[in-house]
Amino acid sequence: MSKKMNPSLERLYNGIIKENPTLVLMLGMCPTLAVSTQAINGIGMGLSTTAVLILSNLIISLLRKVIPDEVRLPAYIVIVASLVTVTELLMEGFLPSVYEALGIYIPLIVVNCIILGRAEAYANKNKPWLSVMDGLGMGLGFTLALTLAGLVREVLGSGTAFGVQVLPESVPPIGIFAQPPGAFLVIAFFVAIMNAIGIKTRQRKLVESDGCDGGCAACQAPCEKKTAKGSENA
Amino acid sequence: MKELILIIIAGALINNVVLNQFLGICSFLGVSRQIKPSLCLGGAVIFVITIASAVANLLYTFLLKPFNLDYMKTIVFILIIAALVQIVEMFLKKTSPTLYKALGIYLPLITTNCAVLGVALTNVQNDYDFLQSVFAGFGTAVGYTIAIVLLAGIRSRIREEDIPKPFRGAPVVLIAAALMSVAFMGFSGITW
Repeated sequence: MSKKMNPSLERLYNGIIKENPTLVLMLGMCPTLAVSTQAINGIGMGLSTTAVLILSNLIISLLRKVIPDEVRLPAYIVIVASLVTVTELLMEGFLPSVYEALGIYIPLIVVNCIILGRAEAYANKNKPWLSVMDGLGMGLGFTLALTLAGLVREVLGSGTAFGVQVLPESVPPIGIFAQPPGAFLVIAFFVAIMNAIGIKTRQRKLVESDGCDGGCAACQAPCEKKTAKGSENA
Repeated sequence: MKELILIIIAGALINNVVLNQFLGICSFLGVSRQIKPSLCLGGAVIFVITIASAVANLLYTFLLKPFNLDYMKTIVFILIIAALVQIVEMFLKKTSPTLYKALGIYLPLITTNCAVLGVALTNVQNDYDFLQSVFAGFGTAVGYTIAIVLLAGIRSRIREEDIPKPFRGAPVVLIAAALMSVAFMGFSGITW
């Protein structure tokens, strides 16, 4: 990051690697843990969240001078909830199998901390184009983490990858990885690996520091200032 | 009656909202440093989820369903939850300052706690009537409280252990949660 990067590319890099929402910022853990049973579910969830994130960032950025400061959070929630409803209906119509697999976690995109977090930390003070790129970067980072977690769980838990058998039949799959505990384990090891290779995770700050705990709602006030500061340092 | 008790037990233990359905993970990992704040948050969550499931059920049955506005449920639910949290906060501030002081900072957190919206949506999905919704909400919230208080207890011990460096912080907490989840899987064998 020493050389000046194109600001759009910088946003992408920031979202996918430097501030990866799942692995570095530890946001949006609920869908990450819940839908990562299979790689394909990870992709479905990741891409639908990305779509919502790009559009919500775009709309919020366009309206950033119109929405009064005092009611901005309710306004954001309404915007996000409308977009999520549209996504939900589209998926029900065109991708019924993915819709079935993700179930209740699609409407729950509304309360995904990543979306409100980016609205508050980035979209409401930046230009539309950069906000879109920020949404794209964050969304792809989220998709990547979800797909990786899904792939690991799928290979270990049922011996398949994207539905194709990869482990020989003679190797019995480790069932626990397809079960809820596997989700916690896989993400724990992901974060530990990130720690070990020295990509600074922020989770200590987010989890341990005062006022910022509880992720989501709490982060909007005190934490997002920190996040915003972090991205300015980029 | 038996069915209602079953709903509570299923919500609290068998389908534990945190360890089995992964709702409310943010606050589960975030506020579980010490036992007392976790208990306070658990109390606030029980309070809000029970009321929210009641209100969501009434709104769904008497407003959304008759007018065929089923697809609006996500928007309507999240708005009533946000409004409800505000009302509960103001109400507590006026009537019971001690309780407000105990729960105060945790109440706003609950708006974006996905467990609340999750319960409201699951109730609709399961076609629960009013009483069933309230009991399901209560059971789920009790399950949330059990999980977060247990994790807080574990974490207060983890803090004194010598943990390999990469695992310090979030990873070891996630592993503790994984082991708790394994333990809770044992409840899934319960049949009546």
